[in-house]
Amino acid sequence: MSLIRTLLARRETLLLCAMLALLIGVTARFPEFATPASLANVFHDTSILIILALGQMAVILTKSIDLSVAANLAFTGMTVAMLNHAFPDLSILVLMGLALTMGLALGAINGLMVWRLNMPPIVVTLGTLTIYRGLAFVESGGAWVNAHEMSPAFLELPRAVVAGLPVLSWLAILAIGLSVLLFDRTPIGRAFFATGGNAVAAVYTGIDVGRTRFYAFCLSGMLAGLSGYLWVSRYAVAYVDVAGGFELNVIAACVIGGVSIAGGIGSVAGTVLGALFLGLIMNALPVIGVSPFWQMAISGAVIIAAVTINARAERSVGRNILRRKEIVL
Amino acid sequence: MNAMSPTQSVHTAEAQPLLEMVGISKSFPGVKALSDVALSLRAGHVTALIGENGAGKSTLVKCLTGIYQPDSGEIRVDGKPVRFATADAAQAAGVTAIHQETVLFDELTVAENIFLGHAPRTRLGFVDWAAMHARAAAILHGIDAPISTRVRLKDLSIAQRHLVAIARALSVDARIVIMDEPTAALSYKEVEDLFRIVARLKAAGKAILFISHKFEEVWRIAEYYAVFRDGRQVGAGLLADVDQHDLVKMMVGRDVAHVFPKGEPKIGDTVFSVRKLSHPTEYDDISFDLRRGEILGLYGLVGAGRSEVCQALFGVSRPGSGEVLLDGQPLVTRSPSDAIGAGIVYVPEERGRHGAITAMPIVSNMSLPSLRQTSRRNFLRMAEEFALARTYAERLDLRAASLSQPVGTLSGGNQQKVVIGKWLATRPKVIILDEPTKGIDIGSKAAVHAFMSELAAEGLAVIMVSSEIPEVLGMSDRVLVMREGRMAGLFDRQGLTPEILVRAATGNSEGRQ
Ligand SMILES: Nc1ncnc2c1ncn2[C@@H]1O[C@H](COP(=O)(O)OP(=O)(O)OP(=O)(O)O)[C@@H](O)[C@H]1O
Ligand SMILES: [Mg+2]
Repeated sequence: MSLIRTLLARRETLLLCAMLALLIGVTARFPEFATPASLANVFHDTSILIILALGQMAVILTKSIDLSVAANLAFTGMTVAMLNHAFPDLSILVLMGLALTMGLALGAINGLMVWRLNMPPIVVTLGTLTIYRGLAFVESGGAWVNAHEMSPAFLELPRAVVAGLPVLSWLAILAIGLSVLLFDRTPIGRAFFATGGNAVAAVYTGIDVGRTRFYAFCLSGMLAGLSGYLWVSRYAVAYVDVAGGFELNVIAACVIGGVSIAGGIGSVAGTVLGALFLGLIMNALPVIGVSPFWQMAISGAVIIAAVTINARAERSVGRNILRRKEIVL
Repeated sequence: MNAMSPTQSVHTAEAQPLLEMVGISKSFPGVKALSDVALSLRAGHVTALIGENGAGKSTLVKCLTGIYQPDSGEIRVDGKPVRFATADAAQAAGVTAIHQETVLFDELTVAENIFLGHAPRTRLGFVDWAAMHARAAAILHGIDAPISTRVRLKDLSIAQRHLVAIARALSVDARIVIMDEPTAALSYKEVEDLFRIVARLKAAGKAILFISHKFEEVWRIAEYYAVFRDGRQVGAGLLADVDQHDLVKMMVGRDVAHVFPKGEPKIGDTVFSVRKLSHPTEYDDISFDLRRGEILGLYGLVGAGRSEVCQALFGVSRPGSGEVLLDGQPLVTRSPSDAIGAGIVYVPEERGRHGAITAMPIVSNMSLPSLRQTSRRNFLRMAEEFALARTYAERLDLRAASLSQPVGTLSGGNQQKVVIGKWLATRPKVIILDEPTKGIDIGSKAAVHAFMSELAAEGLAVIMVSSEIPEVLGMSDRVLVMREGRMAGLFDRQGLTPEILVRAATGNSEGRQ
């Protein structure tokens, strides 16, 4: 059992209850929403968000932020789509490996600037957010890669059903499993928590804080790259504005899941639940027949509500608020 | 047990207390930090509050200053019940405090830190900067702290920060002044300064609550005492009626005789040599040898550069010039991880900032520098981590509900034990302990000292920075005294007296022996 997870047990329970309440509410009117098939579909729909949120979690744990994930996704997605168009015979596994490597490289650029040049992560990734999307435009000239320009293998892999679930869902499950190992069972995972929890103390413990942040950005970039392929394949189209603004959903999933923006606190379980919670809302609202305009406002309101509840849960621990009050004294 | 009952009145002839607390209880998840405690403070008098680490002292302070709300009980000021919903309310009612963990802002200036939240205003309601700096300077002058009001806090030493925290408490016109272990970071000179301030406050008719683990201090400045144990008040009265044994017995429930457990040292070869270590501003020309099995005391006034030297040895900062040899080989430590890899560890003085990761559980904090030992093929093994943490928690008498508890929920002294334990667990060649018993109660202090002797007996070389003369004299084989960044003397244990140490630390040094 993970310690850091027990710490957050209450928050995760809360989130689970909120999801159940939502589910029951919707199912009361639309029973078909809670069928296993429909729920599996919600999970499938949320898979990319989960994968991205797990990478983002590493970054936020080290008290940084990666705003460039969606741009990285678009750039990498465009690149693999164009490669697939140009060389339809290139194996999908090679393309996936390429997506991972390219995402990793883009993440490493973020990480290097944070580590070596000591730049604030928010500035670095705001910059690369624009740059990566700009590069996607440069390489495509603004043109789209459409479904008929992609090879069948390219389109089919994420959807192929294995043991009852599509590969995309399995990839999310794999990412969750590996993340549990990474965050709870390896020294580098522990270093993510220590770096964000108290950077100075981490240095005194012999942890290289800059390098730890670099690794976090690499992880986030790598998963963004993978998601690039998954996204263009799933939606069967690649264009410059793919996943525009999606970085905010990713960060929201982390925050809803109890990852503290101040660093050092968070859990895989929480992050996954945070992402699923968002996914559930996005899927439930159209079912209840809420107009698309209201959908955005409602999901925004729910995010704020969830974050408020989280903040209150944190307050009852007494630590954060205490600090603030002592200052006022 | 012969403790006086809390209800027994020992102040019959006296005027009504300025502040009274009755039946105060406060629980945290899993712990009852205070149960039904009473305390009264009198104008013009100092009440000493003592108790083991985790007895509930700081929790009481926080209830008194509006940071925590007691679950039950009543606080009365001048006989009238009051409720402090916020820290501001407590301040408005005339209660001010120097907290054990002072929270100040690194990026703000000294004056801003002192007056944050109650800055003097001009008639238009803007901050009156001139008045603020003038008043801050006056307060600092009043406590003999030669600190500019315009420097940023991050440029100050720990002791100077502490003085700023004291100035902050005094910047409020309060009738009730609470000091939660104010002397823990200070050397005897600053302690003397602080005592003069206390005497002045006393003469001005303030009621003072003074928390300390050092009995000499308690007897010097306090008239009344109150003893807490496990969240209960187990005694209160006039200090004149009791002696140290009585208090210790109330505190611990048994007799603890603190003799320094200094064994007959088996001192071996030189393991660690420092040659002409110099830094442009902090220290100059520091040289010494450290031998296996030896405890080298490092004494000096606060600001003498002791911690800076240690931090350079640990690779946190870079010396300007000089050489360090480990086992005869030149050693360059560019980062703490280099030093740890070479077998040198440093237990920092400022444990809140440098030592503990408060959101992490006790067990992960303790195992953090030892993950190489507790993991197998790069995978952590929780069982090993728990075993390690349990061993050191027991040896240091750590008081916690569980090892999975976040370190931030421990009492100040228990947090220190976690940090000390985490470094002892690494089993290094050379260990540098910066104020190892700061803020630790007497029972646990004995445990830490015994541990040090044991490590030395196993052949470890120990450097112990300490501002407590009895500790320096009791534990060290040799003592290096620093003054204003230079070596002011290197003394053998034999024939060393407090006078010699103080003379070397303050000036008119006798030279080296
Ligand atoms: N925020 C908190 N959450 C949970 N438990 C807490 C919290 N603050 C304090 N405690 C617990 O309350 C008890 C009393 O702590 P307190 O800080 O008052 O001790 P103390 O007497 O000041 O000790 P010390 O001498 O070490 O400073 C301890 O068991 C501590 O673990
Ligand atoms: Mg305390």
